[in-house]
Amino acid sequence: MSENSQAAPVTDERIKSVSNFRKSLMRPELGGICGTIIVFVFFFLTASDSGMFNSQGVMNWSVVSAQFAIIAVGACLLMIAGEFDLSVGSMIGFAGIIIALLSVTYGWPMWMAIIATFVICIAIGALNGWLVIKTGLPSFIVTLAFLFILRGLTIFAAIATTKKTIIGGVRDVAEGDWLASMFGGKVFTGFFSWLGENGYIAVFDRGSRAGQPVVDGIPMLIIWAIILIVFAHILLTKTKFGNWIFAAGGDAQAARYVGVPVNRVKILMFMFTAFCATVFAACQVMEFGSAGADRGVLKEFEAIISVVIGGALLTGGYGSVIGAALGALIFGVVQQGLFFAGVESSLFRVFLGVILLLAVILNTYIRRAITGEK
Amino acid sequence: MSNETKQPLIQMQNIEKHFGSVIALAGVSLEVYPGECHCLLGDNGAGKSTFIKTMSGVHKPTKGTILFEGEEMNFSKPRDAISAGIATVYQDLAMIPLMSVARNFFMGNEPEKKVGPFKFFDHKKANQITMEEMRTMGINLRGADQAVGTLSGGERQTVAIARAVHFGAKVLILDEPTSALGVRQTSNVLATVDKVRKKGIAVVFITHNVRHALAVGDRFTVLNRGKTLGTAVRGEVTPEELQDLMAGGQELATLEGSLGGTV
Repeated sequence: MSENSQAAPVTDERIKSVSNFRKSLMRPELGGICGTIIVFVFFFLTASDSGMFNSQGVMNWSVVSAQFAIIAVGACLLMIAGEFDLSVGSMIGFAGIIIALLSVTYGWPMWMAIIATFVICIAIGALNGWLVIKTGLPSFIVTLAFLFILRGLTIFAAIATTKKTIIGGVRDVAEGDWLASMFGGKVFTGFFSWLGENGYIAVFDRGSRAGQPVVDGIPMLIIWAIILIVFAHILLTKTKFGNWIFAAGGDAQAARYVGVPVNRVKILMFMFTAFCATVFAACQVMEFGSAGADRGVLKEFEAIISVVIGGALLTGGYGSVIGAALGALIFGVVQQGLFFAGVESSLFRVFLGVILLLAVILNTYIRRAITGEK
Repeated sequence: MSNETKQPLIQMQNIEKHFGSVIALAGVSLEVYPGECHCLLGDNGAGKSTFIKTMSGVHKPTKGTILFEGEEMNFSKPRDAISAGIATVYQDLAMIPLMSVARNFFMGNEPEKKVGPFKFFDHKKANQITMEEMRTMGINLRGADQAVGTLSGGERQTVAIARAVHFGAKVLILDEPTSALGVRQTSNVLATVDKVRKKGIAVVFITHNVRHALAVGDRFTVLNRGKTLGTAVRGEVTPEELQDLMAGGQELATLEGSLGGTV
């Protein structure tokens, strides 16, 4: 700060100088960074010989973390804009069934089915947002209604058309489709073969795929997660629109008074959340080769927990995409790590509850530190 | 100041505002000249808030005309008033505490720089301008990234005023800027109002504190029960007279007598 040095800074003797340590405490990502370090150290010590950190193990928890991250990014921006979406899980089930119905049952080309599903789901997201804005009701209630509406519609649509709640055969229809490979394909396969050939990662030693690496590429799911994280982080911190997201969630009325289009920002964030849920669904359908009407149950809460672990305030106006991504990473690593470490899997929920509570307490402290509240 | 030779910046003529069967404003007129601080006084419920919300485009008047620089205006939303040059600083809704001073300062008017096809928030420029503007207003920030929540109430009002001035406000409406402040902070805000007025900006200062009004005001308009009780010029009116007009009756006079003129 050169301009500070020329005009002798008049310091107020009543303001305590703030140490860099305390300053660094005031970052939303702090909890996420600490949590990530603790989680990795813990599993290095307890589960490093279980295969958690070889190529398959890493791929295993990376995929799970990426799933959480995709929906957490949407939930994060929406929460910073001051709203919730509890219909994310139902939206995932709904989007999956629509893709499968249109492509398998009605024989649409896969790319058309995927695009149509995105359009429908984003429109539902817009409807969510519009209802919240128009009625002035808490988004909690409006999207809770959609949690049930969408889940019911999904099961109804699947049973009414195919008499089953699971629609299979997606893989055959998706074969060779350019858009399907954007969600179900793998990239850097050549690099992974090279790693396998040179003995850096494990290869199959027998069977029809002998000599090929066990992990043969990066799934598009992970690429989507990275793209969404980078996009949302830049949008939030480096653009005008990002400032409007903070403003809309920080104090909608104050933002309106200076001309921020708060309603538009909020509705767009509902649409973005729906987009993320649909990306999640499309990847899952392509990976499994089928769509199930019960997919995505409780995903909305997992997304919200990731975001809160990442340092966002439930009241809006504060948070970070990087934090939410770290929250998703912690989530994935712990869920899979407990499996690797041979811990009873029901304890995962105990862990979840505890870490959620700790995160919220830490966030409250951070908010007080920032705003100077007592 | 010779107001006769100047054209009023804004003229509110016989403004009426009805909410259903309630008549909030029953024909209020007021004009504000450049470089003057026009105080709008009135007790709670007198219609001050409704009146300034009409001026700032939040409410549409039921009857009456608004002339801005001699032209008739029809504001349908606050944005219209802002782009015409009428900025309003609300008492408690001025700033967002969780956001940095710079982010607040440029909220809704973010500076952008182009990188290839993309436009990004120019944080460097925003921080630099914020620090400069704050220094001219007499506030030394630790950094432009300091959260507004760490500022005092008076400093927040000052940031909001500086923001309005920076973005070219010709008329600055201050809604009870001093009502929640301590003595020292109040005098800082009043000093800021004085600085702003000297730049030729018309200030509309809403308050129910006669002493704050007399400290900076050039002219005083008193509202009571949705009506104007007249406009007085500085030096031609005593605090007691203003106080009486605001209360609109005699009870306060007797009450004030028993309190020894401290109200």
